[in-house]
Amino acid sequence: MMASSYNAKDEDGHITVSGPGGGTLRSKKPENTAFKQQRLPAWQPILTAGTVLPAFFIIGLIFIPIGIGLYVTSNNIKEFEVTLYDMSGPHQNPFRNCNNVFMYYGLSNFYQNHRRYVKSRDDSQLNGDLESLMKPSKECEPYAYHENKPIAPCGAIANSMFNDTLELFYNDPNGTKIQIPMTATGIAWWTDKHVKFRNPTDNANLTAVFQGTTKPVNWRRPVYELDTDPQNNGFINEDFIVWMRTAALPTFRKLYRIIPKKNSMVPTLLRGNYTLEVVYNYPVRSFEGRKRMILSTISWMGGKNPFLGIAYITVGSVCFFLGVVLLIIHHKYGNRNNSADIAN
Amino acid sequence: MDFSLLRNIISRYCVGEENWVDSRTVYIGHKEPPPGAEAYIPQRYPDNRIVSSKYTFWNFIPKNLFEQFRRIANFYFLVIFLVQLIIDTPTSPVTSGLPLFFVITVTAIKQGYEDWLRHKADCSINECPVDVVQQGKVVRTQSHKLRVGDIVMVREDETFPCDLILLSSSRHDGTCYVTTTSLDGESSHKTYYAVPDTMAFRTEQEVGSLHATIEYFVGRINIYKDKEEPVARPLGAENLLLRGATLKNTQRIYAVAVYTGMETKMALNYQSKSQKRSAVEKSMNAFLIVINTVLKYAWQWSPDRDEPWYNHRTENERQRHVVPFTDFLAFMVLFNYIIPVSMYVTVEMQKFLGSYFITWDEEMFDEELGEGAQVNTSDLNEELGQVEYVFTDKTGTLTENNMEFIECCVDGNVYIPHAICNGQILSAEHEDLFFRALCLCHTVQVKEEETVDGIKRGIHQGRPTSFYISSSPDEVALVEGMKRLGYTYLRLKDNYMEILNKDDEIERFKLLHVLNFDSVRRRMSVIVKSKYLLFCKGADSSIFPRVVSGKVEQVKARVEQNAVEGLRTLCVAYRRLSESEYEEACHHLTEAKLALQDREQRLAQAYDIIERDFVLLGATAVEDRLQEKAADTIESLHKAGMKVWVLTGDKMETAAATCYASKLFRRSTQILELTKKRTEEQSLHDVLFELNRTVLRQRSISGLSVDCLDFGLIIDGATLSAVLKPNQEGAGHGNYREIFLEICRNCSAVLCCRMAPLQKAQIVKLIKASKEHPITLAIGDGANDVSMILEAHVGIGIMGKEGRQAARNSDYAIPKFKHLKKMLLVHGHYYYIRIAELVQYFFYKNVCFIFPQFLYQFFCGFSQQPLYDTAYLTLYNISFTSLPILLYSLVEQHVTVETLKREPSLYRDIAKNSLLRWPVFLYWTCLGVFDAVIFFFGAYFLFDNTTFTSNGQMFGNWTFGTLVFTVLVFTVTLKLALDTHHWTWINHFVIWGSLLFYVIFSLLWGGIIWPFLNYQRMYYVFMQMLSSGPAWLSIILLITVSLLPDVIKKVLCRAISSNLFHSINHPGRPLRLKALSISVI
Repeated sequence: MMASSYNAKDEDGHITVSGPGGGTLRSKKPENTAFKQQRLPAWQPILTAGTVLPAFFIIGLIFIPIGIGLYVTSNNIKEFEVTLYDMSGPHQNPFRNCNNVFMYYGLSNFYQNHRRYVKSRDDSQLNGDLESLMKPSKECEPYAYHENKPIAPCGAIANSMFNDTLELFYNDPNGTKIQIPMTATGIAWWTDKHVKFRNPTDNANLTAVFQGTTKPVNWRRPVYELDTDPQNNGFINEDFIVWMRTAALPTFRKLYRIIPKKNSMVPTLLRGNYTLEVVYNYPVRSFEGRKRMILSTISWMGGKNPFLGIAYITVGSVCFFLGVVLLIIHHKYGNRNNSADIAN
Repeated sequence: MDFSLLRNIISRYCVGEENWVDSRTVYIGHKEPPPGAEAYIPQRYPDNRIVSSKYTFWNFIPKNLFEQFRRIANFYFLVIFLVQLIIDTPTSPVTSGLPLFFVITVTAIKQGYEDWLRHKADCSINECPVDVVQQGKVVRTQSHKLRVGDIVMVREDETFPCDLILLSSSRHDGTCYVTTTSLDGESSHKTYYAVPDTMAFRTEQEVGSLHATIEYFVGRINIYKDKEEPVARPLGAENLLLRGATLKNTQRIYAVAVYTGMETKMALNYQSKSQKRSAVEKSMNAFLIVINTVLKYAWQWSPDRDEPWYNHRTENERQRHVVPFTDFLAFMVLFNYIIPVSMYVTVEMQKFLGSYFITWDEEMFDEELGEGAQVNTSDLNEELGQVEYVFTDKTGTLTENNMEFIECCVDGNVYIPHAICNGQILSAEHEDLFFRALCLCHTVQVKEEETVDGIKRGIHQGRPTSFYISSSPDEVALVEGMKRLGYTYLRLKDNYMEILNKDDEIERFKLLHVLNFDSVRRRMSVIVKSKYLLFCKGADSSIFPRVVSGKVEQVKARVEQNAVEGLRTLCVAYRRLSESEYEEACHHLTEAKLALQDREQRLAQAYDIIERDFVLLGATAVEDRLQEKAADTIESLHKAGMKVWVLTGDKMETAAATCYASKLFRRSTQILELTKKRTEEQSLHDVLFELNRTVLRQRSISGLSVDCLDFGLIIDGATLSAVLKPNQEGAGHGNYREIFLEICRNCSAVLCCRMAPLQKAQIVKLIKASKEHPITLAIGDGANDVSMILEAHVGIGIMGKEGRQAARNSDYAIPKFKHLKKMLLVHGHYYYIRIAELVQYFFYKNVCFIFPQFLYQFFCGFSQQPLYDTAYLTLYNISFTSLPILLYSLVEQHVTVETLKREPSLYRDIAKNSLLRWPVFLYWTCLGVFDAVIFFFGAYFLFDNTTFTSNGQMFGNWTFGTLVFTVLVFTVTLKLALDTHHWTWINHFVIWGSLLFYVIFSLLWGGIIWPFLNYQRMYYVFMQMLSSGPAWLSIILLITVSLLPDVIKKVLCRAISSNLFHSINHPGRPLRLKALSISVI
C-alpha cells in the first residue's frame, strides 16, 4: 500500500533539486546510538538439548502429579445419566456424598451454535430497554413479531426454550414417593442474572410492563408468568437465562436444578430407588435429537472430566520421555556442542 | 558526459516517445518565416507549467482510491467488505471494513501530503519570474507563461526555466558556463556555445529583431536575413541549455525556448521507474493462490444444511439461499482472515522502517563525502540477501577514480614528474610536440575565480590546489602532470589556448576543431593552428592502427608493461595538416554537423577520415588506485558464494591487473580468454567449445579432489557481441549463448572489458534471463553504469566522482565499494531472514487462527458461525499479534553483525530463497494446522459434556471460543519468542506487553455492558473463564502441547547439524554452517 509512495519520494527528490540553488544533501552523520546501529544489548538464547533438557524434566515432573490428581478427582465425581423417553421409572441412586447434587438436562444434535440461531436475540431487550421491548432488533427475525405484536423475549433462542419439567422422587421403601426439594436459583451466572438480564422496570407488576407484547410462539406462558417468585420472573428467570447462554457444541447440557445438601452428616440423596417424572413438552424427534437428565456432583475442578487428567499425564510422560531421549543425545554429542556454536 | 547527454537527446527523440511530433520547427520570437521559404505550420506546444503533482483538489479522492484499489490486495479486501455489506455474513462488515478503511486512509493522507508538497514545489517553480524579450524589450513574466519560441534572458546564477537554445551571451566568445549540479550532481562548469551567427547580438533590440526558425529535430537553425537565402547552422548538445541547470560566470544570455513544460528533459526524467517486484512478494502471491484453493474446497465440502423447527429462516433468507454462491462468499468472508490486510501493512512497514537501518548505519558513512548510504527503494531490502551475481564497474567503483599521473614516455624515453628522472630533457621535436599535445588535446576547463588575474597567479605560482575541471579525471591528471613537467595549460580564451611553457613564455594556439571523445572511437583529437596540427590521444588499440611512423615498438612495449601494472595508458599522436588537408577536414566536419540524417554516423565517418596517418609521439600512464578494502570486499563476496563480474570499458591488460590486485583473480585462478585476439586465430565456435570442455573436465576432476581450481574468464566487447549475436547459420553450430552461459556458470570470476554501456546492460539481462533466474546486483558510479543498474534486480550506485547519475538511478546508494560488504552480508542477510520469518509467521499465525474456525464449522452445521467474538477477529492481526512480529522483523539478529562479517559463507545459507521454499512453507503450515487442531480439539474434549466450574454452571459457545483464542494468542506469541534469537529490551517489552494487552483488553471488553453494541455476548465471559480452575489448567496444557513439536524440532535440528558440522569439518575447506540455516527457520 505504501509501495507507490516510495516513488513519490523519489519524485520529491527531483523537485527539491530543481528549485533554484537546489541540492539535497543529507550530510548529517548518522547518530551513534545502540538502536540505530543495531547494537542494543541482547540476550541470545539458543535452544539446545542442554538448555531444553531440564525444562522437559520439570514439565514432566509437574504435569504427571497434576494429571494424577485431576484423574483421581474426576473419578471421585459421581455422575448419573439417564436418557429420557416418554416414561419415567425407578433408578438406583449411586450418590453417597453429602454435597450438593446438580441436575442437568442434556440435548443432543441440537444446534444452539448455528449462526442464524446464535444471533437471533436482542440483548438490549433482555437488558430491560423499553424501546427494544416494543421494537425488537431485526436480528430476531423471523421471531420478532407475531400478529403485529412484538415478541418478548424475541428471537429463535428464546422461542425454543427448553420447557420440560423434571421432578425427582425418592421411592421410600414404605411405598410413598417423596419429592426431592430442588432449588431453581443459582443456576445462572451471577453477572447474567444481575447485570446482563433485567426486567424492563423494577415494577413488581410485570404483567403491566409487558403489556402490548406477545409471548414467543412456542411458549405456553408469557414471560412474566415463568415463576411466581418476582426475583426469578420475567427476563431474570434463571431457567431462561441458562437457556439463553448458547452452547458451544450440538451436544450439550444445561444446569437445571440444584439439590442442596442437607447437612454434612446426611447424604444429599439417600440410598434407594428414585423416580424421575418428566412433563414432556419439548419435541426433539424432528431433528433426531435426544434428551438426557444428568445428576452430578461437582469438585473444585468442575464435573466429571477424565480427559484433562489423562491429557496431563500423557503430556507429562511424553515430556519426561523426550527428556530422556534428549539426555542421550546430549550425552552423545553434547561435548562437541560447545565448540559448534560459532554462530554466537 | 556530453556524449551521454547527446545520446540521451537522440534516444529521446528517436526511440522513446512515438507519439511526439517528429520534427519541431520553432519560430524564434514567434515570427513567421519570410513567405515562400517554407510553409508556416503553426505547431502547438504545451506551456511551461511543470506538473509533478498527481492529483488536483477535485480528483484526489476518486483518483487516489482508484490508485490504491489497483493493488490486488486492497481490491481483494474491498471485495470482501462489499460481500459483507451485501449478503448476510458471519461477521459484521466492520471487522474487515475498519482495517481496510484505516489502511486506505493512512495511505491517502500520506500521499495527499506528499502531493501537497509537490503542489507547493510546482507552484514556486511555475511562478518564478522570467525575463522575456518581446518586441525588443525585456518583459518580466512568470515561468509558466513561457512558450516555445520565446526569447528568454537569463542572468548569472539563475536557473534555466525551460530547455533553451543559446543565441548569445554577454561573454565575447559567445560561450556561457553552466553547472548541472541539480540535474546530475556534477559541480564542474560546462561550456555551452551560442549559435555563431547570433552570438554578436548584445542587446534586447538586436535579439528581438532576429528572424529565424529552428528545426530542432535535426538540429538546425535557419536564419533569415534581409532578402537573402536563409543560412543554416547546425545545432548540437553544446547549444542546448537544459532546464534546471544554472548559469555561472556569465552575466546574461539570450536564448530561445525550444522545449517547455512537461516536454523538458528534466520533466521527462520525472517519469517514475518501473517498479521492481521482489521475489518474496512473488512467492507470497503463490501462497495466496494455494490458500484460496483450499478455501474453495472448504466450501465445496459443506453439505446442505437443515432447517429445524427451532431455527427458521426468514423469507428473505430463504429466497437468497437458492444461490449457493452466497454460501461460498460467506465462507470466504469467514476465512479471509487467513490473508489479513495487516500482513501487507506489516510487510510495507517492515520494509519502510527497516530501510532506515541502512541509512543509519555509521559504518557505511563516509567522512570524506559527508554522506552515508541512501535507500531509494525499500521494496528490495530482502533481495540484498539473495544476490548471486554481482556486476561491478571498475573505474570509480573498484578503483578510486582518483587519477594520478605516473609517467609518460616519448619515443621510449620515460619521464616521471617527481624526479625529473633521467635528468635530461631532450629538446627533441617529438618531445616538444608531445607535451604540447597533452596540453592542448583535452576538454579541460580552468575554473575561474573572481578575477582573471587571480587565476593566472594561481596557476603560475604552482599552488597545489587544482583549478582544472573536466568530466574525465584522466584528462585532469594528464594536464596536471604536464604542469609538473613544466608545461602549464592556462586557459582557453577567444578560441586560443594558452600554454605557459618551460621557459615561462606564453604560447597561444588557435583552437580550430575539437573532435570529441566517444566510447566507440575511444580517442579524441583537436586541430589547432600555429601550423595546422592535429593532436590525438586515445586508447592504444585505437591509435596504433592509424600510426604511420614513430617508434611504435618501444612505445608499445612500454604501454604493455604499464598496463600489466594496472596503469591506465593513453597514446598520443599527431599529424601535420597542410592548408588543403585542413580545408578538406573542415569541409567534412561541417558537412557532417549539418547533416539532416544520421548525424552521428556521418560525424564518425568524418572523424575516421580525418584521424589517420598519425605520427606516434608517446604514451602516458595514469594510476587509478584501488578503493580501500576493495580486495577484501571482493574476497568476502566470493566466499559468500556470489559470482563477481567486472564490466569495464578499460582495456584488457589494465582491467586484468586491477582484477588481480582486487583478488578477483587469484594466483591459482586459471584464466580463460575469450577475446578478439583469440577469435581471430580460431573461430568463435571452436574457442567456445574448447573452453567449455576445459571447464567441464576440470569440474569432473575437482569433484573428487579437495581443493577445486577456480576459473576466471576474460571476454571483450567485440567477442561478446559475436556471442550474443543470433546465430544465422542455424542449428549446426548450436547456441553460443548457452555455451557461453555454461562457461560463465563455472567461472568464479568474469572480467568483461571493452564494454559499451549498453553491453553492460545486455550482460546483466543475459544472466537475469538464464534458466536459474539468479538475482543480480549491479554496482557502478558513472552515467555509463546507469543502464546496467536499471537492468539488474538490485542496482547500487556509488556516490562517486563521475556525478550522481548512478546514485540517483539506483535502488541504494553507498559512498564506497567496501560498503557493499556490509550491505549484502549483514543488512541483506538480516532483511532476508526477517522478511522470510515475517511472511511465514504471518501464514502460520493465521492458519492457527482460522483453522479452528474451519473445524468449528463441522460442529455448527456449516452455518459459518464464527468461533471468536468480532472484537477478537478484528484485533487479532491488528493488535494482539502484530507488534511482536513487526519488531522481530526489524531487530532480529540470528547471529551477530560481527559473525556475519567474519564468516561471509553464512550468506550461502540463505541463497536461492532457501527460507521461503516449499518445504519450509509446508513445515510452517503443518505446524499451524497441528497447533490449530490441538487448540480446537483440546478445547472440544475438555468442553464436551462437562462442567468447568465449581458451582455447576455451564459455559457457552463464546467461552469456548475465548478459551481457544486465549490459547491461540499465547501460543502464537510464544512461538515467536522461541524463534527470537536476539532479545533486546524492546523485544521483551513488546512480546510480554502484547500478551498483557490481550488480557487487559479482554477484561475490559467483557467487563462492561457496552452501550453502543447491540449484543453483549462477551459480557463477563473472560472473567468467568479465568475463575475456573480447569480452564487455567487446559490453557497451560494446550499451550505446552502446541509448542512442544517446534521445540523438539529446533533441538533435534541443532543437535544433528552440529554433529554434521563436525563430520564435514575438514581443515581448509570453507565451512558451511547448516546449523544456522535450520535455526533461523
